Amino acid sequence: MTSLNLSAPHPLIEARDVCRSFGSTSALSGASLSVASGEILAVMGPSGSGKSTLLHCLAGIFTPDSGEVWFDGQRLDTLGDDKRTKLRRTAFGFVFQFGQLVPELTVADNIALPLLLDRVSRKAAYARAAAWLPRLGLDDLGARRTGELSGGQAQRVALARALVTRPKVLLADEPTGSLDTLTGEMVMDLLVSIAREEGTTVILVTHDARVAAYAEREVMVRDGKVISHSDLEVEVGR
Amino acid sequence: MTVPLTLLGLLEREPSHGYDLKRDYDTYFGRGKPLPFGQVYATLGRLARDGKVIGGDAEPGAGPDRKRYAITQTGAREFDAWLTQPIEPEPHLQTVLFSKVVLALMLGRPAETYLDTQRAAHLRRMRELTTIKRTGGLMDALLADHGLFHLEADLRWIDVTSARLDALAEMVRTS
Repeated sequence: MTSLNLSAPHPLIEARDVCRSFGSTSALSGASLSVASGEILAVMGPSGSGKSTLLHCLAGIFTPDSGEVWFDGQRLDTLGDDKRTKLRRTAFGFVFQFGQLVPELTVADNIALPLLLDRVSRKAAYARAAAWLPRLGLDDLGARRTGELSGGQAQRVALARALVTRPKVLLADEPTGSLDTLTGEMVMDLLVSIAREEGTTVILVTHDARVAAYAEREVMVRDGKVISHSDLEVEVGR
Repeated sequence: MTVPLTLLGLLEREPSHGYDLKRDYDTYFGRGKPLPFGQVYATLGRLARDGKVIGGDAEPGAGPDRKRYAITQTGAREFDAWLTQPIEPEPHLQTVLFSKVVLALMLGRPAETYLDTQRAAHLRRMRELTTIKRTGGLMDALLADHGLFHLEADLRWIDVTSARLDALAEMVRTS
């Protein structure tokens, strides 16, 4: 394999030689990756390649069996549960394929939820939640229960909920996986536009090349290791 | 290949001067690759020779050609046939990508690295097209989409081939 350069110039988040197994199944076997502050990175790879496990390790949800995870100059994988949980709530935002909203609550409730959990006052939390509605084209939907929304609307609410705490990093795992092409593109367009406006670092896990093309750089995860495409970009003669 | 038929289509809309045809072609179909004036007039000349358009008398004014061109019945029939018939769905069974992979395996070269490199090149182009789509108008977006879907199809083939490389290598070695 081509020699790899996986370092970002000013890394905000890094995995260093991370290994993680589930029982006898190895999901990551020496995965290294660094993501610069403000960068929008796509992590690609086939099903079962380890890309979601890598995302969960970067987010401090999974602890590596070996290797290190660094975030903003501090070692994440050795932090205690409480500190990691707090960091996830304040510095990281998450968007998944589906199932992340509370269907019985309204759009405004769902967006305000991370702020309320972080003990922001109810009034301030709902004011901040309301400010996100027009940015995501949800102006008239604040009082609607999320169980009544279309897939595209629900993902926009999920995006608002992930960003309402102004996280440094947005971790998105197949965020358009349950949407049709045009709706998925609308969500990606909003995600990228807002991330750039806010200076948010985005790590986007996807198997979909059209989604990955919204990122500034992509890496492949294969057999539990990370392959950087930027090391392979040479002209290919036809 | 489609320039003469596109010009016929523009003339079916209304009789036009060469200059107007070039302007409309560049606006709708040129997308960064304008049609040279020389090609416009050479094409119109061939279409007139073949009885598909007729040029009116030269009108007074500046410029090399002030003729107004109109489509003939022959031209209209040809345009209609082209427009209404589907194009040949080409299976592309012998693509350049396929040939390169098989040759790499035959020669003991690193086929997987070649596929990774090709994937990177495809994704780089997809990023460019996505930027065009996000920053351009609807016409740009539709043309970019056409390119994106074709590149995506190639990428799927690259991924499937990458997953089957060991089996393909075995077949190439033993056949």
